[in-house]
Amino acid sequence: MRITVSVDGVSYTDEVEPRMLLVHYLRERLGKTGTVVGCDTSNCGACTVHLDGHSVKSCSMFAVQADRHEVTTIEGLARDGQLHPVQKAFHENHALQCGFCTPGMIMQSIDLLADDPDPSEETVRHGLEGNLCRCTGYQNIVKAVRDAAHQMRPGAGPEAEQVAPSPSHAGGGE
Amino acid sequence: MTATAEPEIGRARLRKEDARLITGDTRWTDNIQMAGMLHMAVLRSPMAHAKITGIDVTAAAAMPGVLLVLTGEDVAAEQGSLPCAWPITEDMLAPPAPSLAVDEVNFAGEGVAVVIARSDYEAHDALAAIDVEYDELPVVLDMEAAVADGADLVHPDLGTNKSATWVFDSAEAGTGADVDQAIADAEVTVTRTFRQQRLIPAFMEPRSVVVDPGGGSITMWSATQVPHILRWMLAAVLGIPEHKVRVIAPDVGGGFGGKLQVTPEEVLTLLVARRLGKPVKWTESRTESMLSAHHGRDQIQQLTVTARRDGTVTGLKVDLLADMGAYLRLVTPGVPILGAFMFNAIYKFPAYRFTCVNVFTNKVPTDAYRGAGRPEATFAIERLMDELAVELGMEPMELRRKNWIKHEEFPFTTVCGLTYDSGNYEAATDRAMELFGYDELRQEQARRRESGDPVQLGIGISTFTEMCGLAPSRVLGSLRYGAGGWEHAAIRMLPTGKVELITGTSPHGQGHETAWSQIVADRLGVPFEDVEVLHGDTQSSHKGMDSYGSRSLAVGGTAIVLAADKVLAKARTLAAHLMECSESDVEFASGQFSVRGTGTSTALGDVVLAAHVAHNLPDGMEPGMDAECTFDPTNFSFPHGTHLCATEVDTETGAVKIRSYVCVDDIGEVVNPLIVEGQVHGGLAQGIAQALFEEAVHDESGTLTTATLADYLLPSAADLPHFTTDRTVTPADSNPLGVKGVGEAGTIASTPAVVNAVIDAVRHLGVDDVEMPCTPMRVWKAVHQGKERGVPTTPVAAGGLGSIDAQGGAE
Amino acid sequence: MIPAEFDYVAPATVEEVVRALTEAGEDAKVMAGGQSLIPVLRMRLAAPNVVVDLSNLSELTGVRDDGDSLLIGAMTTHYEVQRDHLVRDHARLLAVATDTVADPQVRHRGTFGGALVHADPAGDLPAPALAMDATMVIVGPGGRREVPAREFFVDYFTTVLEPDELLVDVRVPKLTGWSAHYEKFNRVAQAWSIVAVAAAVRVTDGTIAEARVALTNMGPTPVRATGVEEALVGQPATAESINAAAARAAEGTNPTTDGNADAEFRSHLARVLTGRALTAAVGA
Repeated sequence: MRITVSVDGVSYTDEVEPRMLLVHYLRERLGKTGTVVGCDTSNCGACTVHLDGHSVKSCSMFAVQADRHEVTTIEGLARDGQLHPVQKAFHENHALQCGFCTPGMIMQSIDLLADDPDPSEETVRHGLEGNLCRCTGYQNIVKAVRDAAHQMRPGAGPEAEQVAPSPSHAGGGE
Repeated sequence: MTATAEPEIGRARLRKEDARLITGDTRWTDNIQMAGMLHMAVLRSPMAHAKITGIDVTAAAAMPGVLLVLTGEDVAAEQGSLPCAWPITEDMLAPPAPSLAVDEVNFAGEGVAVVIARSDYEAHDALAAIDVEYDELPVVLDMEAAVADGADLVHPDLGTNKSATWVFDSAEAGTGADVDQAIADAEVTVTRTFRQQRLIPAFMEPRSVVVDPGGGSITMWSATQVPHILRWMLAAVLGIPEHKVRVIAPDVGGGFGGKLQVTPEEVLTLLVARRLGKPVKWTESRTESMLSAHHGRDQIQQLTVTARRDGTVTGLKVDLLADMGAYLRLVTPGVPILGAFMFNAIYKFPAYRFTCVNVFTNKVPTDAYRGAGRPEATFAIERLMDELAVELGMEPMELRRKNWIKHEEFPFTTVCGLTYDSGNYEAATDRAMELFGYDELRQEQARRRESGDPVQLGIGISTFTEMCGLAPSRVLGSLRYGAGGWEHAAIRMLPTGKVELITGTSPHGQGHETAWSQIVADRLGVPFEDVEVLHGDTQSSHKGMDSYGSRSLAVGGTAIVLAADKVLAKARTLAAHLMECSESDVEFASGQFSVRGTGTSTALGDVVLAAHVAHNLPDGMEPGMDAECTFDPTNFSFPHGTHLCATEVDTETGAVKIRSYVCVDDIGEVVNPLIVEGQVHGGLAQGIAQALFEEAVHDESGTLTTATLADYLLPSAADLPHFTTDRTVTPADSNPLGVKGVGEAGTIASTPAVVNAVIDAVRHLGVDDVEMPCTPMRVWKAVHQGKERGVPTTPVAAGGLGSIDAQGGAE
Repeated sequence: MIPAEFDYVAPATVEEVVRALTEAGEDAKVMAGGQSLIPVLRMRLAAPNVVVDLSNLSELTGVRDDGDSLLIGAMTTHYEVQRDHLVRDHARLLAVATDTVADPQVRHRGTFGGALVHADPAGDLPAPALAMDATMVIVGPGGRREVPAREFFVDYFTTVLEPDELLVDVRVPKLTGWSAHYEKFNRVAQAWSIVAVAAAVRVTDGTIAEARVALTNMGPTPVRATGVEEALVGQPATAESINAAAARAAEGTNPTTDGNADAEFRSHLARVLTGRALTAAVGA
């Protein structure tokens, strides 16, 4: 099947098998290897990307379902060499060790903050319940997400959008 | 001002590694693409024990995109036997361990055929077209049944399911008294049996291998913890000249011991790439990982402790059954032996005997999993100390305090003959109890008991130590381990003053690039940013023993320090030559050599450049300023700490909630407190998960029923509490950094703290054990049955004595 | 893991879907949000010849006010249900149960209709649908039919839907002004319910005027706890009467035994959790 997908701001048109998972399309066809596969059952969340501004598990979608949609991956977050505030907060709070879950964690954290720009510890923990990490015990991840919320707050509008990946996500949560 | 004004060691540096990991710029093995690369998929046995009576690959071989289909028979002549590097006894029994089963499968998940195709989609399609006929054999799953007379056998050729029996007896070793005598003389004896459930390491990055056979030698990328060991073993198993094999561990997404292995898939990918002359990739699915990567733990532990009425312990006897699974992998038989010296823990037992029987079953082999042997030991002794406290009617912390090694007694030689170099159990415990609010929680516990609150409060203690920094080579030799325990470091001083550090450690999340840069920056006075750490490639880092057993800093870090000292020693000589002074007048600080009492100085960078151009060297001095060191430790290191856990146990549903968790660890000096804290958090999560969530379950036919992450329960952020962590510092005497290692501490200490807390919450309801993981059903049934037994439910005073019926606790 | 090959169609109208299903017969699988189906396909536990994707049926998305009822389009995502003000106001039980479904990413893709048709005994939406006396609006080659929830769920992962039929809407009678709670008991946040209880009550002047209670995972299909409901009506909204009624929660259930819980424990949990669900609902 022929599909046209926008990924990290670039439009791609490709012939794909209907059964091709979105994550395999990103990794194998587009070379977007920043998004990874950690399980078969959608439990681990390592493959999380944004579809039209909302977090989804790219291992539980077919590439054909992304036809005429906009995908943002971890590779599309930084803008003009500027890290997204959530990326920066993960670094500054030591919220990663092996880093395999990190792309999915960051993508889900951004989604979570779009829904709740000032989440409690409890809200963050529940907002990340679809993402597994085996290294950190989550404590610094939770800290990083709340830190990012503080960093983003003054400019939750325009400033965050400047480094946000896709304008469509800035209005996420609706 | 130089860049080292603030000491690098002890500084909470943000990690160098993060830049690529937070942007998706990582080099995972599965990211590798090569022109002409083929994909391998493995067909796995659904049977736990069967004869293979026929395999028909005709249909699969004819499918589109399929280049090759191989069965075990096709590779039998070249696949060799997967290595076991730790034959623990002279008479240990070990079956041949093929990478691909030839005529018999011995666990469900064992590979029986491989497909090599143009794409992984096509390879997987072809797997479905392979027809295998099996003739079922009796399945051996239960260890106790496996060692009984007349048991069905996993490997009938061996004549038994017992692989080996390993004994340590303090009386025989001359390190202590006779435990049978201690039992005969005992005023109090408590015997308990604990079960260490089978666990799955469940690193987040599934394993992946790429082999490029081109260019006259073989290059393997693998998601491994042990590139150096892997290269050696590939050469040994396959007879390939070692100098024609290069192994690269690129970015590796976690290991926890689970990637301390030489895997069937590494061997097979190499064999098929060599056969086809093309690069081949194999990447496992999560389910494959759960079914075929080695598991951990799985022991039945029977312990007897003896004591005097005043609480002084007099003897400890340990009998283990350890499940090997179907084959002996790299260090499978040695894992329980790593625990042998740790059951006595921090206590002054005068008599000790440890016996371990290693048992074959039709399950995936076990091997290293975070802590490897030591969590099992720590769990058992810390659970047992609580049971002894109940038996004696003593406060559990007081019992521990009475028996542990006092800080003034270090160095202390234990009943196992190990010398603990340093420690201060009192300091760590006092700090932990203060942070925890121990007395207040005991009071709340008493109130809840008294009021019959459906949610009961429990307090769990774990005062642990571990041996890490693996390991003195001489000791490993005496334990019949097949390799040494040293580590290597080399420092390349580049002409521009930048530094390349080459290490034989192989990180997979630990942050070595950051911490090792700090060590080098600290010793040489160069900026942190000017150090590049090279690792995980046997071509650039040709010599190493890799990362496991909390060894990297204590052993590998020491090698770095000693290599840096060699650089400085040579630089000092050259600096003296250049500044035309006596070497004894040269001082070094913050990257500058200066002549004592004068204003003359020269920067290390200038000395390095002088060494590089070699225009003006002292007679006989070689050009260049590089140095290397191989460090072999003389002792293990012994981190310790006190972990306290408060759980709320819902007696109506059996649900357990951790209300607070406090740990104070003493891991000696700290290079990077940020990394240390992260290691502790992650360790706690894994130890808590053993206590409450994780368990590999097989059905009666030997099928793993927890083969996905939907069934094998890893906790998410929503399932874990906030941890309160702190440290005390008693420097290790065994290395110049004074460090002990932190990779496994959290995992080792936390499991018994949680289980002790669960039982403490409901002990007054007649509960004295709950098997791990403490699921709601197990907890509820324990409470329910305890109530039915009619055990007195008299509230007990603060102090948490549990049932003070002196005879009630013992069996 | 990689699904087996299949043909894929994504029709734009319900009629085209029905036609596609009629042509494909038993070999087709309907994909709504795909959050249960795709893992199953990846594990090759199912290998349909045709996957009929409903993503293009925008007509099946959204919640409409239909007088005494809400009409919830089968393709409305969990995320949309959670945030819909009509659902919050008139079907609170559904809103709070949906909050507990899977995780945020799955709730962005997974759909209300998909979850009902999947009919997983441990799924969190069949019981609320049953408790609220929802009606399934089904379209097939023979036209439309409506099936009440109590007849819709037939067995494990089985509903009355024929292979060529499609759930298009769910009619949920408004329970305006009722209080509600979904009490879910599982081992980790991501895990399926061992047992869960959906409870909605209408309290007038401190007396329980009406009560609806349904149980998740107490049998092959969701179960209405009618004994509990009967015992509650007319009683004061107090802990005593709630607990007395909750004691009847396991009546008529047929709980399974698995690694997480045996039948005895499930029955016990049903009683305890029913008490808790009702207590939370009435705020007693």
